Parts: sequence; structure tokens; C-alpha cells
Amino acid sequence: MGPSGAERALHKAVSLGADRSIHLSDDALAGSDVAATGYALATVLKTENPDLVLLGQQSDDGECYTIGAVVADHLQMPSVTQVVKLTLGDGSAQCERQAEYGYDTVEVQFPAVISVGDAINEPRYPSLKAIMGAKKKPLEVKSAGDVGIDTSLVGTDGSKVACGDFKAPPAKAAGEIIEDEDTNETVAKIVSWLEERKLIA
Amino acid sequence: MSSVLVYALHKDGVINKNSLGAISEGARVASALGGQCEVVAVGGADLTDDLLAGLGNYGASKVYKVEGPEGLAQPVVDAMAQIIDNGGHKYAIFGGGLLGFEIGAGLAARKQAGVTMEVTAINVEGGEAKAERPILGDSQISISTYRGGLGVIVGRINAFELKETGGTAAVETLPVEFSAWSTKATMVTRGEQRGADINIEDAEVLIAGGRGLGAAEGFTMCDDLAEALGGTVAATRAVVDAGWFPYAGQIGQTGKTVAPKLYLAAGISGAIQHKVGMQGSENIIAINKDSNAPIFEFADLGIIGDLNKILPKLTEAINAKKG
Repeated sequence: MGPSGAERALHKAVSLGADRSIHLSDDALAGSDVAATGYALATVLKTENPDLVLLGQQSDDGECYTIGAVVADHLQMPSVTQVVKLTLGDGSAQCERQAEYGYDTVEVQFPAVISVGDAINEPRYPSLKAIMGAKKKPLEVKSAGDVGIDTSLVGTDGSKVACGDFKAPPAKAAGEIIEDEDTNETVAKIVSWLEERKLIA
Repeated sequence: MSSVLVYALHKDGVINKNSLGAISEGARVASALGGQCEVVAVGGADLTDDLLAGLGNYGASKVYKVEGPEGLAQPVVDAMAQIIDNGGHKYAIFGGGLLGFEIGAGLAARKQAGVTMEVTAINVEGGEAKAERPILGDSQISISTYRGGLGVIVGRINAFELKETGGTAAVETLPVEFSAWSTKATMVTRGEQRGADINIEDAEVLIAGGRGLGAAEGFTMCDDLAEALGGTVAATRAVVDAGWFPYAGQIGQTGKTVAPKLYLAAGISGAIQHKVGMQGSENIIAINKDSNAPIFEFADLGIIGDLNKILPKLTEAINAKKG
């Protein structure tokens, strides 16, 4: 979901292994918060009837880490986020993740929504052939109306969080920065810094 | 009545410290709104009435006890949605952590509510809560307000101060019928420790290693420096997930919170999830080859350089000083 530039992200996704892509693009969606974005994505996904919806860790801008949980509630599917190991079973998956008290292993029955954490893998580099081929794979562009999104629930006006106010955080004294050119000199500086603060016992 | 509902995370009969902080904060917000702070806990027999009544000490007026699975978000969404449908709560507050994020987001979806993550402060003005969230690498603070009936506020770890006020809460056992999909995720094992049990919370000096160490073997350099400084070695989530270091030694959002006299970060970029677990340290030194690493924004002494060169020489120099 995004303006026309989002196509580049879809081409990349297809070059990494996807078979086809859908681009949800509509001016009415601009300014959607995480709950509205999740609703819009879930509405598209409903038309696809998937067994498994996979998402990444977080968006670069909103950084909410939780769009999967929003999508799952709209799709009425079980969900886990921050999965670092995913093992597929028969109609289900075992998901490992780190939570507040250590590692949890959760069994999830399909259809399900799973978000992975950055530790799941190192994304492969697409081959040149895959990059060239990506533009030939099907890419459907859909508008809010095409999939039945209620536009009163999306966009800046449909979002339930209003965040137009900003302020500067409390100022913190800047630290000292040393660029290591002569390591003996750098080390001597660290040692005297530690000594000044009585940190060498 | 403008009430606040707080989720209390627990394990083995102990309520999570961040949840206690959220209850204290919820009580403060509720009182400013002229309402009550209510709490919900979901779990098994370890949620005793005594334990839950004790949450009154942090400002809860009432605690809903719901029997259900632990460590999973969606059953808690069901429970909270049911309580809010009946009670008309204006805000739902979470102490943060992975489950707080998931439940908060699920609840926002269910109730068509606004949700804000990583909140560090809540101010009440004109009968409304305004949530402050640091953004763009903590360089700005965005202030959220909420439209509609419910606002969901998920705190950043350690953001809400725990306050003991005395008192006991009323405990109500609440039957909740879970949604069909909520029961399709089941816990196989919870809280597995993975690796040795090490204590990093009491150390005065911590040498923490991150992905910049290159490999598990890189921790030998940290061990040597820790020995020279009389400290303990700790790690980031990334290297724990990679299996280079035990989970018990992990600092950050899903690990430990530490505040040693000296914290030396070796090859750590300083992502928010790490920062929240160590920013209370008295003296912070960072060594990283990437001059753009966020850790240099909050280190007291930052060294831009190759830790493979610097760490061994630093250990040697400190050992020489000690004679």
C-alpha cells in the first residue's frame, strides 16, 4: 500500500521470490495510521483468501512493529509477531520468538498471520535474471473502491490517532567522539577517561 | 466516568515490573480524568486473589481475573474488548514489551481505536490524554491525541514509574468467551532460557557485545576486557538470536534493564530496543566502526574505529595500569 513509488518495493519482493504482487494505491489512504493501514491491508487480503499471511518486522516510518496483529484481528486469524524461526507442519506452523521471559514456541493453525523478526534470515540477493524478470510478473493495481475499503475508516481523517504536534526532546550534553587513527593514542585517551571517573579498580 | 484499563503481564505468580509501572501511570491518568484505574490479568491458578488484590498498592481500584492461556495476545484482546464494551473505558494502557504491542494493536483493530507505541509520557489536558512518543531516533517527540471512544497507549519499557500508594483492589473473576481464532495459537513452551544463567543486573561494569563483533568468537575480547575492569559481559538481542551469547545476558526490550557505573558497548549500533535497557548507565562508552551508529548520539565517549584493534590494546593498557 502506498503511492506509485511503492511499485519499486513490489518489484523487489517479486525478484526475491514472490509470484505476483498487488499494489493498493489510493489518495484516500494517505495519512493512515497503523490501525487504518492494517484495516486497508486486511481488506485486500480478504479477497485473496490466503492460508498464510507473512509480514516483516516494522515499517521504516511508523515503526509500530504490530501491523500483523491489526491485520489478524480484521481477518479473524491467529497471529504471532517477531518470529525468528518458522517450521511448517501440516496445516500449521511452529513459531519461535523471543518475548519478555525468554524464548516462546507457539503453534499456530492456518489460516494465520505471522510477522517475522529481523533475525529470521539474511535476505538473499536476487539474481540479475530475477531482477529483470520481476517487471514481467503480474502486478495488479487496486483502489480502495476495488476491494471495498470503507474510506471513512482510512486516511488522515479516518485515523483515530491525531498526531500533528511535535516538540524537541530534553537536551542531553553531547558526548566526546574520537576517531581512531593511532590506536595507541586512542587507547591512552580511553584509559585516562576511565581514570578520571575512577573506573579502573 | 472516564476509566483506564491496564493489562498486567505475569509469569509464575509474579506481575511484570513494567506492568506495575503501567498501573501506577494508569492510576495517575485516571485520577486526572476523574475516573478509576482498572486492571486485567489473564492466566491460570498462579493468579491468586491475594496477588491481584495487591495491585491496589500501585493504584488499581479493581482487577479482572480471567482464566485463559498465558503469553498469547489474542485471548487478552478478547478479554479487554469485553471489559471495555461493558465499562466504556476511555484509555487502555500497556507497560510495553512484545505482548503489550500485540495486544494494543489487536485491541485497536477490534475497537476501531487509535494506538500509539513506545510512549514515554502521558499528559492529561482538558479531559484528554496526550501521549508522547519519541520518533526519528529520539530526535523529536510526537504528541498523539485520540478520536473516538478509546485510545490505546503502549509504553516504552521502563518509561512509567512504579509508585506504591498502599491499598487493595477489588478482584472480580470474569468469564470470557474467547474468539474462535484466538484459540488457534497455542503455547508449546514459554520463557525458554537458552544458554547459561548469568547475572548482569548487579554488575558495576558491563562490557556489552553486538553484531559488530563479527562472530561468537569475538566475545573473547569482551571477556578479557571485562576481566581487566572487574566487570561482566552482556549482549544485544541480535547476537543472542544468532546463538552467540546466552539469553540471560541480553540487554534491552525483551531482555534485562541495567544501570551500571560503566557500560562499554562493543560493536553495538544502539537501536531503541537496546537503548531502553541501558540508558540509565552512569558512563557509556561506545566503540563502533560506523560513525552513523545511533549509539554515538547517547554515548558519553564514542570511539569510531575497529574494535578488533582497540579492544585487545585497551585490555593490555588497563592490565598494565593495574600493575
